[in-house]
Amino acid sequence: MERRKFDVAIIGAGGAGMRAALQLSSGGYNVAVLSKVFPTRSHTVAAQGGITAALGNVTEDNWLWHMYDTVKGSDYLGDQDAIEYLCRMGPQAVYEMEHFGLPFSRLENGKIYQRPFGGQSRNFGGEQATRTCAAADRTGHAMLHTLYQRNIQAKTHFFVEYMAIDLVRDGEGRVLGVVAFDMEKGEPLLIEARATLLATGGAGRIFQASTNAFINTGDGLGMASRSGIPLEDMEFWQFHPTGVQGAGVLISEGVRGEGGYLVNGNGERFMERYAPHAKDLAGRDVVARAIALEIHEGRGCGEARDHVLLKLDHIGREKIMARLPGIREISINFAHVDPLEAPIPVVPTVHYMMGGIPAHYRGQVVVPARTGPEEAVQGLYAIGECACVSVHGANRLGGNSLLDLLVFGRAAADHIVEFLKENPASPPIPADGTDLARSRLARWERRQGSERVADIYRDMQRIMQAHCGVFRKAEVLEQGLVKLEEVRRRLDDAAISDHSKVYNTARIEALELENLMEVAFATIRSALARRESRGAHARDDYPERNDKSWLKHTLVHRDGTIDYKPVRLKPLTVPSFPPKTRSY
Amino acid sequence: MSMIRWRSRRGMLELDILLSRFLETRWESLNEVEKNAYLGLLEYPDAELWDIISGRGAVHGAEKRVVELIRTD
Ligand SMILES: Cc1cc2nc3c(=O)[nH]c(=O)nc-3n(C[C@H](O)[C@H](O)[C@H](O)COP(=O)(O)OP(=O)(O)OC[C@H]3O[C@@H](n4cnc5c(N)ncnc54)[C@H](O)[C@@H]3O)c2cc1C
Repeated sequence: MERRKFDVAIIGAGGAGMRAALQLSSGGYNVAVLSKVFPTRSHTVAAQGGITAALGNVTEDNWLWHMYDTVKGSDYLGDQDAIEYLCRMGPQAVYEMEHFGLPFSRLENGKIYQRPFGGQSRNFGGEQATRTCAAADRTGHAMLHTLYQRNIQAKTHFFVEYMAIDLVRDGEGRVLGVVAFDMEKGEPLLIEARATLLATGGAGRIFQASTNAFINTGDGLGMASRSGIPLEDMEFWQFHPTGVQGAGVLISEGVRGEGGYLVNGNGERFMERYAPHAKDLAGRDVVARAIALEIHEGRGCGEARDHVLLKLDHIGREKIMARLPGIREISINFAHVDPLEAPIPVVPTVHYMMGGIPAHYRGQVVVPARTGPEEAVQGLYAIGECACVSVHGANRLGGNSLLDLLVFGRAAADHIVEFLKENPASPPIPADGTDLARSRLARWERRQGSERVADIYRDMQRIMQAHCGVFRKAEVLEQGLVKLEEVRRRLDDAAISDHSKVYNTARIEALELENLMEVAFATIRSALARRESRGAHARDDYPERNDKSWLKHTLVHRDGTIDYKPVRLKPLTVPSFPPKTRSY
Repeated sequence: MSMIRWRSRRGMLELDILLSRFLETRWESLNEVEKNAYLGLLEYPDAELWDIISGRGAVHGAEKRVVELIRTD
């Protein structure tokens, strides 16, 4: 196998991976960044809303208020040391991006433009704050382009259209690099590195209804899991209330902000029943649950009664054309209705993965060991949506993800610099170090098999949607787990018909499906085990939050065993925010 | 063709859906000029490509024809 040697290997060129890479390359380190797609086509490009930081450009603000909102938003499952770090470093992270050239929108006084988002308050739960910085509706796009240009200047080495297959670990558990696969040539490549950073993004494709692009297949989680690392808090997935039925494409809250509202099959404006005050503008989890309940109880719309309608024609042509042109375009393209004339069919749609690879706030991956629940895996880091730091806890606030990418991208890089200084030599790659990756690649060379990858993919998504969706209860989850086991057995019996080398998308999709399967199992097992409702995890059979038994993080292993570890309730420098009932 | 299929995987779900449908239903019927025009479109950043497809960016000739095909079922 061909080999290359770097100081650091970064897997993923989204906002998180590129922020870390820039820090390291600028510091003179030799950095490899791998990406399945051209860096600026990473999923971060889809982020339109913006990035949250307490700059106070529009309304008075304070990072401590941002911290309070984030702790509360997480339904108290977030680690308060990490949340303090996120919010305290927020303004600096944004100013750094401004300095790198990110073209933020401006207020009249020239300062960075900020807009109000759900869950943002002043003075610890008081009036609405205005905290989310934006570059028009292109913040993610602008971030990626800025970081990419800077990385080119800093001489980061990009491996574009390389798919990482598996990590390389030695007998002592140190991570020594990664085996990747060159899509163009169809050949494997061993990248040796003294530190390896996972920044592979989300895994929303495990569900049938998802706002995530096709590329979000949880590869980093699959790699971590296969190399013996448990996954944290995988039961927590944020459902966006309004994805276009059938397509998943996101219809932003902006529509409801402009006066759009939801109706059920009886033509009733049902949110009035669930949230008499905030109605259609209640929190994402509240609205998503209400829609799911309406459909579940037979009050959905359409022949199959499987969706509800988002009505906005009453807003008027002029206002729609002026304020929501993008939404009209999406509706026409993906729901085949013109919202000027007819309502848009929507369903709750999976949007963001709060769980992931367990890491502390300086990016190091930590696992339970004899010494305690959080022992560092030497040489391995994780940041961005694939990591669970955990700043989002049981529910993420809008705009906090882009911030997470920047703050922990930089923090991980700074920690890696210390680690590299302490570990100047690279340990040898053991003879069997690449076996895991080799056997995965070899497996898809097999020609015998009666099952098709695409069928298994679709069935897995259906099972997750039906059995592990917005509303969960023991028997439904248990049935789902049994069905998922069946599907996994079928995966063992699958083969692909294309064995060509160059851009073999069949092979890539098969490898991705294996990763998704790891994520799906971790999710359903963690959901079954957590017998309470908290944030995005709603159990029909355990409708209340239960701090006495469940104020703890789930750690699910590949063999299905589950550990728990305490939530870090103690911030770094300020007093703790003790758990309270979460109401808006 | 396999390279084109991979490059049609984008960072935005909107594009994934439209481009994969296009490749499945329309690609075979394109002439060489149109195929090249599609390759040209793939070079745009996602946000710009989405603008073009949703009628907010200017394209001409073969590119314009291909965009029309991407838009229609
Ligand atoms: C529609 C939508 C809108 C959103 N809007 C906002 C918003 O307004 N504000 C906000 O804060 N958050 C928003 N989010 C969430 C946020 O965009 C994501 O959480 C964030 O962009 C993830 O960034 P990342 O760097 O972790 O991963 P990504 O940007 O997803 O990048 C992952 C990278 O890993 C690479 N990769 C993956 N697997 C492999 C592999 N096996 N080998 C090699 N490379 C690999 C990919 O090629 C890619 O480069 C939104 C999400 C969606 C879906």
